[in-house]
Amino acid sequence: MSVALASNIDINSIRKDFPIIDQKVNGKPLIYFDNAATTQKPKSVIEALSEYYSSYNANIHRGLHTLAEKATTAFEDTRKVFQKFINANEVEEVIFTKGTTDSINLVANAYGRKFLEKGDEIVITAMEHHSNIVPWQMIAEEKGAVLKIIPVNKKGEISLDDVKATVNKNTKIVAVVYASNSLGTVNPVKEIAKIAHDHDAVMLVDGAQASSHCIVDVQDLDCDFYATSGHKMYGPTGCGILYGKRAILEEMNPYQGGGEMINNVSFEKTTYNDIPYKFEAGTPNIADVVALKKAAEYINNIGKDNIMAHEKALTAHAHERLSEIPGINFYGTADDKVSVVSFTIDNLHPYDAGLMLDAKGIAVRTGHHCTQPLMEHFGIDGTIRASFSVYNTIDEIDFFVDSLKDIVAKFS
Amino acid sequence: MSDQSINTRQDDIIEKFSMLDGDMEMMIGYLMELGEKLPEMPEEIKTEDNIVKGCQSKVWLTAEENDGNLSFQADSNTAITKGLVSLLVSILNNSAIDDILNADLYFVNKIGMNRFIGTQRSNGFLAMIKQIKMFALAYKTKLENEA
Repeated sequence: MSVALASNIDINSIRKDFPIIDQKVNGKPLIYFDNAATTQKPKSVIEALSEYYSSYNANIHRGLHTLAEKATTAFEDTRKVFQKFINANEVEEVIFTKGTTDSINLVANAYGRKFLEKGDEIVITAMEHHSNIVPWQMIAEEKGAVLKIIPVNKKGEISLDDVKATVNKNTKIVAVVYASNSLGTVNPVKEIAKIAHDHDAVMLVDGAQASSHCIVDVQDLDCDFYATSGHKMYGPTGCGILYGKRAILEEMNPYQGGGEMINNVSFEKTTYNDIPYKFEAGTPNIADVVALKKAAEYINNIGKDNIMAHEKALTAHAHERLSEIPGINFYGTADDKVSVVSFTIDNLHPYDAGLMLDAKGIAVRTGHHCTQPLMEHFGIDGTIRASFSVYNTIDEIDFFVDSLKDIVAKFS
Repeated sequence: MSDQSINTRQDDIIEKFSMLDGDMEMMIGYLMELGEKLPEMPEEIKTEDNIVKGCQSKVWLTAEENDGNLSFQADSNTAITKGLVSLLVSILNNSAIDDILNADLYFVNKIGMNRFIGTQRSNGFLAMIKQIKMFALAYKTKLENEA
């Protein structure tokens, strides 16, 4: 069968933008289906990193010299691009972090430590990855707060009825993943934010998987915090952002001290800088933040609608072709999902499948995908996960499915 | 048996792998064959206590002492890891405790399988070796105390 792809995408030209995918792995052409773990980087991002270090590396915000000025401008330009990318109301609402995990830890520490009290409740879902579980467990233990879990159904979805049943007057924080990394499920975060606000709780959206696959409009979602990573959206590793509403960020205390976060330091008293700088202690990851701008621009140039349409076609094709394999079990069949296909095959351990696919040049992720509670919920050790990105093709999926059929035949 | 026999068996395995020419699919196929040859491990000894846990795969490993030699039983829930543990067992089975303790398992770096055994996180191969040496040490201590 053929699948109509988004006609606005020239896939051959896109593939040329990603030098890494044109190589052989174990003697076979690389097929990279581990995009939910990290995406590959277009030339523009790689060149921006190189250009920064070759021509204007300097520490930012303090130096008066020309290179410092240029580096500061480039760093702050990324902030402006991201304000637009997520539609934040103000540029100061965009804080640079190391990534999603760092962003969530920042909120847990800087918001949770100040506002949580004994008996307060933090609400998450059963499909969260460890980064949106552990920081809350840590702060809950410290403050005597309680972690509540919204359940997941067989299709890998949560229901708004369950959200309403879980969120109550004791809830202070609701933290929900926008798109699940192990199931692909897209959650109704806008509706959940409304429920949270009806109970005077703040809403954090974990956007690690969503930023390159979903429309992100923090004002429309009306979330109080949005956490995301650069490396899952064609940008460098080690950089990400935390969006927060100005009024809430101003109420919070910094949780790390030093560097740009201060206004004035004396041994008697230190006053803190304004947002966003009071949350950006130390010398930030300047080069990667500078290059991150190119990632956002890359997405904008292709058009997120086009990317989403292409990925949707790939995912539908993968589901259809994989269904031909006897003994396959899909995990995550939500009506609304991003380009993640997660499955097991009877009598084939994901570990064996992962290594055998690798021998054929195909990179997939196997295991629990850092969502151990979710795997326990489904009663499995892990899954085989193929996750697609803009540079993947229908042909690659066909080769992947045919390879899996070979592997299954070896095990039967 | 002497340490020489452990090395002979290692050399034999190195030679067999060298014929596979680094082809990963063939190496996997060969490992799976080795795994299939591993004598079946009784279900009742596949207990939590006998697990050497890697990140994704489970390995059960037990040791038995007989006249100063150790023999091993092993199994895994994944076919490739079962092949890996089978390699270890075939090299070390029925060897003297001291030989096992002193064994330099140089085959690990010579069979071109770093892809499988390089990351402890993915299969715990190094944990299997450590467990075998622990068995040897435990039996050595036990025998010395009895003497």
